[in-house]
Amino acid sequence: MHPFTYARAADTREALDAGRRGGRYIAGGTTLVDLMRETVERPETLVDISALPLREITVTKSGGLRIGALVSMAEAAAHRGVRALYPVISQALELSASAQLRNMATIGGNIMQRTRCTYFRDVTADCNKREPGSGCAAREGFNRSHAILGTSDSCLATHPSDLAVALAALEATVHLLGPEGERTLAFADFLLKPGSTPNREQALRRGELVTAVEILAHPRPLKSGYLKVRDRQSYEFALTSAAVALHIRGGVIREAKIAAGGVGTVPWKLPAIEQALIGERPSDRLWAEAAGHAADGARPLTHNGFKAELLKRTVERQLSTVGGTI
Amino acid sequence: MSTEHPIQAETAPVESPSVPTRRTFIATTTAAGGAAVVGGLVAGPPALAAEEAATAAAPPGSSVSLTVNGVRRTVTVDNRTSLLDLLREHLDLTGSKKGCNAGACGACTVLVDGRRVNSCLTLAVRLEDAEVTTIEGLAKGDRLHPLQQAFIDQDAFQCGFCTPGQIVSGVGCIQEGHTGSPEEIREWMSGNLCRCGCYAKIERAVEQAVGRK
Repeated sequence: MHPFTYARAADTREALDAGRRGGRYIAGGTTLVDLMRETVERPETLVDISALPLREITVTKSGGLRIGALVSMAEAAAHRGVRALYPVISQALELSASAQLRNMATIGGNIMQRTRCTYFRDVTADCNKREPGSGCAAREGFNRSHAILGTSDSCLATHPSDLAVALAALEATVHLLGPEGERTLAFADFLLKPGSTPNREQALRRGELVTAVEILAHPRPLKSGYLKVRDRQSYEFALTSAAVALHIRGGVIREAKIAAGGVGTVPWKLPAIEQALIGERPSDRLWAEAAGHAADGARPLTHNGFKAELLKRTVERQLSTVGGTI
Repeated sequence: MSTEHPIQAETAPVESPSVPTRRTFIATTTAAGGAAVVGGLVAGPPALAAEEAATAAAPPGSSVSLTVNGVRRTVTVDNRTSLLDLLREHLDLTGSKKGCNAGACGACTVLVDGRRVNSCLTLAVRLEDAEVTTIEGLAKGDRLHPLQQAFIDQDAFQCGFCTPGQIVSGVGCIQEGHTGSPEEIREWMSGNLCRCGCYAKIERAVEQAVGRK
């Protein structure tokens, strides 16, 4: 690990001052410390933001939800309002990492976490995300866990977060605070596809902090849930996953919010499937037909061709689990 | 695996154990053996080199005060020092183990402010005023913590390397209330790997400690 100076920010102003000067924010630290030890990350200054007042979970009367960036994954998952309103979020969180890591890691840090691509983590391997222009060792390497959607010539790495898949499905917004003030981004605009600049992963400006994620109220009743498929039953990243939220009234699907994980360079929203479901009545046939398009546009690599079929089945299973059949 | 970054100084003195522990015994005998092998073959560093090393800029460090197993400690550490290295290499609390050093195995699990965490991914400088409980802090005198006793009763280990982390994690799991069924215990203990494969007995030990066995 490279040496670094360390500063505790007493308040938001101190944090932003340090961030503007190039300081790196640290919250739970579960990704950053790990990557610093591997010398993938080499910050000169760490700015500890744990004293900032970003620990609130707020439920609005209409069923909206705002989670402060420093709320731990464990706290968010256990929160009664989160569990009641958006099971897709609490399930995605509880299927992530381990109990220890969920006690440490925060909501803001979770959506900032970096890929688990082994070539990214191996400083002796070529990686455009870590060293722009060096190449991509995964393309001809062992790419079984890599992305089939949203890839580019530069990068094939998946985004590892389960929470981000749920937030993408629900069309959350991300609240940011920077030296130039506050702003809000749609979740779809917050995480960036790799394109030719895979080193740039979030649409953050210099010194900007994630302060909260927010989900505006969805029409009720809303059923939702998260399915994660992986090589072992627990404590593993997704091969595929599906976040599904359905508003069904009078036996008809009125709203459908669906995203997939483990397959994309960013959480992969599935608008074509959403559109195919709206106005229809739940049935096994509907789920199968709609989910058949889950991997449209996929570009499989040498070792991950199985993900296209697995993704379709994952989405179908989760549509059926959440939406049932009549 | 060695510590990455030695601690620079501690302002509060640490008491040396009066009885030699397994660790101090090994350290002593290793040093003696090393001296016998090296004897005269390697010269000590020249005085000039030693002076240069002493005046070279030290990596950035910070002072932090925390409570470990009920004892207040104030230490100055290299900022890179993990809580695990602080415990093992400076405070002589070697119960917490360094397995992966990457948050993947759980052998380093301790409680910080009552919550189980991976001490290998916790920077010590961030723990101002924190309360840390390690495996060494669970027993009351000679009376083992109920989960320690349960691990013995259920024969829940073979090599024992992961056991301190398993037990501290189990204490956290019980406090969190995730012991409703064997399946729930297994899921909520999944952050602790056991290469000997004692999972079934570990699950039974947790059950015993919550009073179901």
